[in-house]
Amino acid sequence: MSPIPSQADAARIHPAATAPELLRNFCIIAHIDHGKSTLADRMLQLTGVVDERAARAQYLDRMDIERERGITIKSQAVRMPWAAAPAPGEKAVPYALNMIDTPGHVDFTYEVSRSLAACEGAVLLVDAAQGIEAQTLANLYLAMENDLEIIPVLNKIDLPAAQPEKYAEELAGLVGGDPEDVLKVSGKTGEGVPALLDRIVELVPPPVGDADAPARAMIFDSVYDTFRGVVTYVRVVDGRLNHRERIVMMSTRAHHELLEIGVISPEPIPTKGLGVGEVGYLITGVKDVRQSKVGDTVTNAAKPASEALGGYSDPKPMVFSGLYPIDGSDYPLLRDALDKLKLNDAALVYEPETSVALGFGFRVGFLGLLHLEIVRERLEREFDLDLISTAPNVIYSVTLEDRTEVTVTNPSEFPAGKIREVREPVVRATILTPAEFIGAVMELSQSRRGDLLGMDYLSEDRVEMRYTLPLAEIVFDFFDQLKSRTRGYASLDYEPTDEQVADLVKVDILLQGEQVDAFSAIVHKDKAYAYGVMMTAKLKELIPRQQFEVPIQAAVGSRVIARETIRAMRKDVLAKCYGGDITRKRKLLEKQKEGKKRMKTIGRVDVPQEAFIAALSSDSAGGKDSGKDAKKK
Amino acid sequence: MSPALPEGEPVPDDGALPGWVRPAAPSGTARPGAGGERAFGVYVHVPFCTVRCGYCDFNTYTSSELGGGASQVAYADTALRELDLAARVLDDAGLGGRPVSTVFFGGGTPTVLPADDLARLLGGIREAWGLAEGVEVTTEANPDSVSPESLHTLADAGFTRVSFGMQSAVPHVLATLDRTHDPRRIPDVVAWARDAGLDVSLDLIYGTPGESLADWRASVEAVLATGVDHVSAYALVVEPGTRMFAQVRRGELTLPDEDDQAAKYELADALLSAAGLEWYEVSNWARGGQTGPHASRHNLGYWRGDDWWGVGPGAHSYVGAPGAGHEPEPEHAGVRWWNVKHPRAYAAALEAGHSPAAGRELLTADDARLERVMLAVRLHDGLPVADLSARARTAVAGLVADGLLDGRAALRGQVALTLRGRLLADAVVRELTD
Repeated sequence: MSPIPSQADAARIHPAATAPELLRNFCIIAHIDHGKSTLADRMLQLTGVVDERAARAQYLDRMDIERERGITIKSQAVRMPWAAAPAPGEKAVPYALNMIDTPGHVDFTYEVSRSLAACEGAVLLVDAAQGIEAQTLANLYLAMENDLEIIPVLNKIDLPAAQPEKYAEELAGLVGGDPEDVLKVSGKTGEGVPALLDRIVELVPPPVGDADAPARAMIFDSVYDTFRGVVTYVRVVDGRLNHRERIVMMSTRAHHELLEIGVISPEPIPTKGLGVGEVGYLITGVKDVRQSKVGDTVTNAAKPASEALGGYSDPKPMVFSGLYPIDGSDYPLLRDALDKLKLNDAALVYEPETSVALGFGFRVGFLGLLHLEIVRERLEREFDLDLISTAPNVIYSVTLEDRTEVTVTNPSEFPAGKIREVREPVVRATILTPAEFIGAVMELSQSRRGDLLGMDYLSEDRVEMRYTLPLAEIVFDFFDQLKSRTRGYASLDYEPTDEQVADLVKVDILLQGEQVDAFSAIVHKDKAYAYGVMMTAKLKELIPRQQFEVPIQAAVGSRVIARETIRAMRKDVLAKCYGGDITRKRKLLEKQKEGKKRMKTIGRVDVPQEAFIAALSSDSAGGKDSGKDAKKK
Repeated sequence: MSPALPEGEPVPDDGALPGWVRPAAPSGTARPGAGGERAFGVYVHVPFCTVRCGYCDFNTYTSSELGGGASQVAYADTALRELDLAARVLDDAGLGGRPVSTVFFGGGTPTVLPADDLARLLGGIREAWGLAEGVEVTTEANPDSVSPESLHTLADAGFTRVSFGMQSAVPHVLATLDRTHDPRRIPDVVAWARDAGLDVSLDLIYGTPGESLADWRASVEAVLATGVDHVSAYALVVEPGTRMFAQVRRGELTLPDEDDQAAKYELADALLSAAGLEWYEVSNWARGGQTGPHASRHNLGYWRGDDWWGVGPGAHSYVGAPGAGHEPEPEHAGVRWWNVKHPRAYAAALEAGHSPAAGRELLTADDARLERVMLAVRLHDGLPVADLSARARTAVAGLVADGLLDGRAALRGQVALTLRGRLLADAVVRELTD
């Protein structure tokens, strides 16, 4: 209804001294672009936490990349005071609302699940001009599984293209309830936002915990700060945490002292502690987010809890790619940069790797494609590195004839011996699409070895399609293809489910009989030929003629499945070299020799690095280009 | 002459050479074991043509483009001034007194100057340094800028050799090249030159847009029919800035690909060899080969690292340090300089009593070694394997295996190109230099 009016009221919701029934912990589930950050800013203003002039646009998104891409990678929690009637007709009382920001993308499902576990309620925020997207739907299901109170809200009702009635139906259908109950707001103008805050107080249940039990607090985020070390965000479930006391991380048994504890509103405010049900931050002086893991349980060292809170798991990389500096001398810079990023990214794993074609680099594991893109972009932007990344691949489990198990994260390491079976990760994919594209989506999914699990109409013209798909097929160019075949309308979400045995082979590319490691790929047997033909043709275009004939072959094992030949160069000689030509000719020669130094030598074949880069980066040329076209439309 | 001048350091106004070129022996005499061992040649650039050809990027001008001290009429006098300066500079450096082994008049078209002017310039050279016993004096000439009389005048003045820019025997090819002469005139001008006692060379260009393999064969056969003892054949190179470059860019002309050029080179080599003209440099063939009486000794001087003075706008000159070519000092292996390009600037500098040099480069031993391999490898006899760096020597076996270097020559300790190697000479040079 309004910000907190009086000193006395404010005292009732002082951090570390707020009764659980005056707390409301909630998050906002929304798709990229659906206006979550704008709405959050508006809430911060309305509750008086920031004034309009001080508000940086989209206060919660801190990193530049997030700001530019309009997405939130790291969640944070802000405490906001709000006076409202606990139920319609009653007198307004002060409340402390903790807004927990959630990452919006499929790659960060685990982090989302921990954020959701810190809340009792979720605002389901949907763009009134676009309707719900697949990732939002996935997160909605996650919130429902966590038993959260869902408050459906349509945003951007100020837009001319908004269709609030239509999408209210859709939301009501998903959440259950009446379309009338769907709130309609505009984060931009502020319309409907006070009513939403009131609704949160009214509907979101207060936290329930045992104030007298040994302390248990769940870490739902962990952020590295250059000045302060790791800042850990927690939700106290039972008991309380106090400044200066010793705590234990229950998964690692590591002990730390609470150097600082407090709440964010919107800047960190140190407090004496955090009481049951409260949300805030801890600083223990650790320097690496791996020492303060999302999902872990914090307890008191002197009076420890016997059982950790459930739901903890280690982040598991799903997608791998080789990252190489284009300038080989940047390798140490790349290593330092990865070391730095790692401090703030518990999911980032990497190890050194050497490629004949690309030199020294790292094999890096990511949660998914967006994670890969974000990391790559940060490396290039924040650390000024020029990188080349190999085509992303998944992890394969290979069982050899002698029952030896091999885990393959790099196609060039695929074992050469007798193979009994190869298993690949599969995902459960959810695709939301306008009904008119059902055929196109089916065609694409089938061509990617997908199995249709089921299909539901969300509304008259919107369909949810569920598939089992090999992850490897998704990391190739599935999303681009999906976008291009549905004119940009379809959305995709997936979660890893299982492994499956598949008829997979490794295709090697050989240059004059020498394997070019960067181009080895693990593909389904039926697609090996197409890959071989595509890659040999591409390299033939890109590699300059040499002094000798160079065969380019694609092979599965020792069997050649495609071949191209670069004919030998026939003429490379300056016709005239007299007195006045010598200086120029020598300088040209020196330049050519410099150029040759920058070439990679495969066997005896000199290949300009640009050729490798071009061959790798235009890997899914068809898909990417058409994807761009789709976006333009 | 290459189109753009290189980047270099400035040259003193008086054109003085660096002190380290001075031989140990007292000035005024040929120094033993240094400059005295190397032949000394003089090149005279004549920057005039009656027509500028579409493919030409040489430093040359038609008469209408110039005036004043740079005009054709005044040119011989201007160039004679540079010869005076050259004599003084070399003398001051202790390098005077070496008689000239070879003289080459190039252009442009030297024969657009009256034969008397050319004779006067040769006289100037004789006056400056003296001409060695058996001196070779060549002039380039256009088939339509000579007469029996002018050729006799040249022979009488001491010229020994003439190189005609024939380019092709096929009218449509000549037309594409903007060449104005009538190909039927070639046998006549060759005969006149021989009558005058001059050794004759013919230049050909292959790979002109529109030239078929049959066209090219006709040109080579026409050359052979004249019975000349020396032939140069150059692949057409279309440099940026030429009219032909623009025509190609606009799609009006289509350049042949490297396979076509290679095929034409191989055809020429087969026909010329069969007629007794042996290749002695990548683009040059002569009866008797590299050491025979018809090879161009002046050009061999460039490829062997001899000293030469280039007279005229844009001309390059080179003087090696004592011991250069064998065990040069690491820092100072030689000096190369080049004159200002435009005839007017050239004339103005000389009129003011200054050196017309625009810049120079001081070659290190590494530069010199690179140049030595780069140039000597183009010759039939090549260079001793021993002259290569230790690392480059390891590349020889592979180049023999690839058919680029001659295996028998390698066994004799000599790096020499095969026919295929000649077509890939630049690639071979890259392999043979560090």
